[in-house]
Amino acid sequence: MNAFSGQSVRSFKSVVWTAGLVLGLAVVLAVASLLPENSPFHVSAFAVSLAGKYLAYAMLALSVDLVWGFAGILTLGHAAFFGLGGYAMGMYLMREIGARGAYGDASLPDFMVFLSWKRLPWYWWGTDHFAWAMLLVLVVPALLAGIFGWLAFRSRVSGVYLSIITQALTYALMLAFFQNGFGFGGNNGLTDFKDILGADLHRPATRAVLLVVTGGALAAGLLASRFIVGSRFGNLLVAVRDSENRTRFLGYRPDQVKLLVWVFSAMLAAIGGALYVIQVGIINPGEFAPANSIEAVIWVAVGGRGTLSGAVLGAILVNFGKTLFTAWLPEFWLYGLGLLFIGTTLFLPSGLMGLWRPVRAAPPEEITPEVSAPEGEHS
Amino acid sequence: MRKLGLACLLAALCLGGGLGEASAQADDFSGLAGPQFEEMSASITALAAHGGPQGDAALQALEDRHLFSGADGALFIHDGAVCQNARTGEAASCPEDLKPVRLNNRIRTVLAGAHALRELSSAEPDVRLKAAQALYARHDMTMLPALEQAMSTEKVPRVHEKLMQAHAATVLAQAPAEGTQATRLKAVGYLAEVGGLEARGLLANVAASAVEAPEVRHAAQRAVSRIDWHLRVWSVLQNAFYGLSYGSVLLLAATGLAITFGVMGVINMAHGEMMMIGAYVTWLVQQGIRMTVPALEPIAILIAIPVAFVVCGGIGVVIERSLIRFLYGRPLETLLATWGLSLVLQQVIRSVFGPTNIAVQTPAWLSGSLMVGGLDITLNRLAILVFAGLVLAGLMFVLRRTTLGLQMRAVTQNRRMAALMGIRTPKVDALAFGLGAGLAGLAGVAVSQIDNVSPNLGQSYIIDSFMVVVFGGVGNLWGTLAAAMALGMGGKVLEPTIGAVSAKIAILVLVIVYIQRHPRGMFPVRGRGIES
Amino acid sequence: MTDALLLDVRNVSVSFDGFRAINALSLALKAGEMRAIVGPNGAGKTTMMDIITGKTRPDSGTVTFKGHDLTRLDEPVIARLGIGRKFQKPTVFEALTVTENLLLSLKGIRSPFSVLFARESVQERQRLAELLSLIRLENMADFRAGDMSHGQKQWLEIGMLMGQEPDLLLVDEPVAGMTDAETMATADLLREINKTRSVVVVEHDMDFVRALDVPVTVLHEGSVLAEGTLDEVSADPRVIEVYLGR
Repeated sequence: MNAFSGQSVRSFKSVVWTAGLVLGLAVVLAVASLLPENSPFHVSAFAVSLAGKYLAYAMLALSVDLVWGFAGILTLGHAAFFGLGGYAMGMYLMREIGARGAYGDASLPDFMVFLSWKRLPWYWWGTDHFAWAMLLVLVVPALLAGIFGWLAFRSRVSGVYLSIITQALTYALMLAFFQNGFGFGGNNGLTDFKDILGADLHRPATRAVLLVVTGGALAAGLLASRFIVGSRFGNLLVAVRDSENRTRFLGYRPDQVKLLVWVFSAMLAAIGGALYVIQVGIINPGEFAPANSIEAVIWVAVGGRGTLSGAVLGAILVNFGKTLFTAWLPEFWLYGLGLLFIGTTLFLPSGLMGLWRPVRAAPPEEITPEVSAPEGEHS
Repeated sequence: MRKLGLACLLAALCLGGGLGEASAQADDFSGLAGPQFEEMSASITALAAHGGPQGDAALQALEDRHLFSGADGALFIHDGAVCQNARTGEAASCPEDLKPVRLNNRIRTVLAGAHALRELSSAEPDVRLKAAQALYARHDMTMLPALEQAMSTEKVPRVHEKLMQAHAATVLAQAPAEGTQATRLKAVGYLAEVGGLEARGLLANVAASAVEAPEVRHAAQRAVSRIDWHLRVWSVLQNAFYGLSYGSVLLLAATGLAITFGVMGVINMAHGEMMMIGAYVTWLVQQGIRMTVPALEPIAILIAIPVAFVVCGGIGVVIERSLIRFLYGRPLETLLATWGLSLVLQQVIRSVFGPTNIAVQTPAWLSGSLMVGGLDITLNRLAILVFAGLVLAGLMFVLRRTTLGLQMRAVTQNRRMAALMGIRTPKVDALAFGLGAGLAGLAGVAVSQIDNVSPNLGQSYIIDSFMVVVFGGVGNLWGTLAAAMALGMGGKVLEPTIGAVSAKIAILVLVIVYIQRHPRGMFPVRGRGIES
Repeated sequence: MTDALLLDVRNVSVSFDGFRAINALSLALKAGEMRAIVGPNGAGKTTMMDIITGKTRPDSGTVTFKGHDLTRLDEPVIARLGIGRKFQKPTVFEALTVTENLLLSLKGIRSPFSVLFARESVQERQRLAELLSLIRLENMADFRAGDMSHGQKQWLEIGMLMGQEPDLLLVDEPVAGMTDAETMATADLLREINKTRSVVVVEHDMDFVRALDVPVTVLHEGSVLAEGTLDEVSADPRVIEVYLGR
C-alpha cells in the first residue's frame, strides 16, 4: 500500500459495485418487462414502476447520506428538495398534457382553469420546454439549499438546532404548496400526466426506458458522490464533521465546505424527486411532509451511514418491506417502521453495511456534535 | 307610517285614561281579531300601554300564537289544553269554529315593540333593562313617547342610562325635523359614548345624510371615527387574547420539551405523543368517573390533571430507562429513536381507541364566554391561560426550590462537574425526562378542551413546540415563555391580514431566519465554557 | 527591520455578561521571539489566545499582526495569515489517517472547490515525508488518528501545525499531563521550532518555563502584571502575592 495515498482507509470500492449492480438490475428489469406476457421472465408494469420508485428513493437516501454520513448534518428536511425537484418535473408534465386535459385548455393546466385563472403565473413560464424544466429541477432546490445553508452554516447553527430548522423548512413548504393560490394545484398536486418528450407515459417501452434512466442516474449519482467523498475534499468533510474548529484554525472555511456538499446533495435529491414523479405519476404536497424526510434518514441508518452503498441498500430494503407490509398487514407497518427506528439506533449503529465491514468511516459516538458540551479547546 | 303610529299611541292613551274601564276594554280587544293592520296595531299598542293583566295575557298569547277568534268577535286563549276568554281570563269552553289570529311581519314588529313597552313597566329593573336594550336595537320611532314616559319615571340609574341611549338611537333614526337639532346633537353625543356596531351604523347614516344640519353631521362624523378607533382597539385586544391563548397552549406543550432538551440535550420527538396520551387519559378519567361517581363529573377534568401527569411522567421514566439512556451522548440518534417511538405510540392508541376523534367533555363551568367591553373571552381558553401560568409557576418552584431542581440546573450547566459533585446524573436524567413527559401530559389535558382528540393530536403540536424551544434558547424557562408568547401572538397578529396558513408559514420562516442569526435562541446561555 | 513587531496587542478589553475577562491588555512580540505567558486560573490566558486567533472579538483595542488588524478578521483568514494554534487537548481528525491529517494541514489549497479537484503534488509528498519524520510517525502513516495514544496525537497535532508553516505559533499548556522527561523533550522541540518561527507558550509548569529560558509575561485578572525574565518576575512582590496569596 502506498503510504502517501491519503485515502487508504476509505476507498469506497463497494460503491462502484453498487452502481454497476443498480444499473444492471434496472436494465434487466426493463428488458424483462418488454418480453411477451406469456414468457416466464416477463415482469409486470407494476413491478417496473415499483422498481423505479425504489431507485428514486435510493437517490434521496444517497443525498441524505452525503450530508449526514460525511458532513454530520442530520437533515430532517431533504424531502423539501426531493419535492421541489418533483414539482419542477411535474410542471413540465402538466404542460405536456396540453389540450387533452378535462377542460381542453391548451395553455392552462386543468387546476388553473378550475380556479378560473386567466393566464399562467410567471413561474410557470417556459415550463413547456423540457430543457427549461430540467434546469428548474436543478436550480430551484440548489438555490433554496444555497440560501438556507449559507445562512445556517455561516451562523454556525448545528446539531439538533439545524435538524429542527430543516424540518421547519420542509413543513413550511408543505403548508405553502397546500394552498390553492400558490399555483401548484393545492391539495391534489399535479397529476394525470400523459407523456414525456412526446413518448406515451403509459407505454411499457417508455416505462422501461425511464427505469433504465433512473438506474443510470442513481449509478452516476453514486459515482459522483464517491468522487467527492474519496477526494481530499471528502477528508476535509470528515474533518469538519469531527472537529469544525480545528479546520477553521487550519485556515479552511467549514461553512463553505458544508455548503458545497449541502447544495450538491439537494440537487441529487431533486433529481430523485423528478424521476420519482415521472414514474409514480403524481406529486402532491404530502411529499413535503416532515415524516417523509425522517423516513429517508432511517433508510440511510438501516443501510449504514457514511457508506453511500448502504443508503441505496437501506432505501430499497425498507421500501420493499413497506410494500409487503402495507399489502398484507397494513396496520402493522407503523409498528414495523417505529421499531426499525428504535432497533437500528440501539443495536445497529453502523447499519447493515457495518455487519460485514466493521471498520468504516467513524463510529457514531465520535460524530455527533454535542449540544452544550464544549469541544475541548477551553481549560 | 310615523303619523299613523303616533296617532295610534295617542288614541290608546286617551282611551285608557279618559273612558270607563269596561267599554275601553271592549274597544281595545276588538281590534285584535284582525285582519286590518291599523285596527290590530291600535289594539296592541293600547293593550300594551294600559291593558292590565288580561291585556298582557292576550298579547303574550298573540305572540305565542295561542290567540283565537270566534265568529262573533269573541277572543279566546287556547294553548292546546286549556281554553279561556281572552277579555276576562275566565275559563271557557272553546267553540268549534275558532280561527287562529294571523300575524304578518308588520304586526310582529308592532307586537315586539308592545312587548318591550310592557316590560318597561315591569317591577323588575333587569326586565326593564332588557326591554330598553331591545328598544335600543330596534330604534322604532313609534316607541318614542313610551320611552320618554319611561325615562321620566325610571329611578334605577343603569336602566335610565340605557333608556336614554335607546331614546337617542330612536331620535336619530328619524329624519331631521325643524327644531330638533339640539336633541339630535345630544343623541349623537350619547351614541358616541355607547359605541359598538349598532351605534356606528346609525351615526354613519346621520353623517352621510344630505338633509342633516351640518353641525349634527360633523358631530356624527367625529363620533363614527371615534367608534371606529374603539372598535379597532377592541379587535386588537381580541387578537391579543387569541394570541395569548395560543401562546399559553404552546407554552404548555414546549416547557416539557425545553426541560429535556436543556438537561439532556435530547429532543424528544415523542413529546407530542405524550400530549396525545394526556388527552386520552383525560377522556378515560371522565368515562371512569361517569360510570362510578357521576356526582364528581363536573370536576373530572381537575382529577384528570394529576392522573395525566403521573401516567405520562411514568411512561417518560420508562422510556428514559429503557431507550434514551442507551443513546446518551448521541442526541441525533435519540431524535431518530424517539421518532420511531412516536410512530409506535400513535399506532398503539389507534389500535386501542380507534383512529377517529374521541369526545372529551367540557364541563359546564368551562363552557361559554365572558364579555369584557368589546372582548369575547371564552372560558376554556381563559382557563388554559391560567393553567399554563400555574404550571409555569409550579415548574419554577420545582427548579428553584427543590433538590431535584437544583440538581437538574446543575446538570444543565455542567454535566461532568455535577457528576463530580456527587449528583447521580442518570437519576436526574430519568426524572427530568419523566418531568418533561408529565408536563406534556398536562398540556394534553388542556388541549383536550379546545382541540380534536385523535391519535394524530401530537403531530400537530410538535413542530410548533420545537420552534418555541429553539427560539427561546436552552435552559431558560423565561426564554420558553417569551418564545411561546411571541410565536402565539405573532401568528394571531398576522392572521387577519394574510390568512392563517400564510401566517404560519411566515412565522416558520421568521423563526428559521432568526435562529440563523441567533443560533442559540433569544436567551442564550453565554460564557466561556459554552462552545459555539 | 528585523526588530519589527510581529504581533502587537494594544489595550484590548473584552467582557462576557459583565465579567471582564481581558482588561486593557497590551502585549508585543518581535519576529523570531518566544514568549511564555503565565498566570493563575482565570487570568485570561485562553481568552487572549481566542482574541488573537479571531475566535473572540474584543470590545475595544487593536491586535496587529504583520500589518493586519486581526480584530476585523475571522479564524480562517488569521490562520492563513500565518498564525497556528495548538490546543491544550490534542485535536486531530480522529476518523482520518495520520497522512490524511497532515495533508489537510499543508499550507496551500484552502478553497473547497480546489480541494475537491486537488491531486497530490510531488512537493506535497516531500513535505509529508519531512513532517512524518519530524514527528517520528513514519511507521504509522496509515493509522487512524483516533486509534493512536495521547502522546502520539500531541505530536501529530504539532506536525499539522508545522504543515501550516505559520510565522507565529500559539501553544496552550503543551506539557499538561506529561512526565518530566517528556516535558523537557517538548521544551527542546519548541526551542527547535523557535529557530524559524515565533512562539507564544501558555503554561502553568514553572520548571518547563524555566527550561524554555525565555521572557515571561505574567497575566492577572485580564491585564499584564509583570514582564521580564523568570527570575525577575518571580521576585516581583505583586506576582508573589497573586500566586501565593497573603
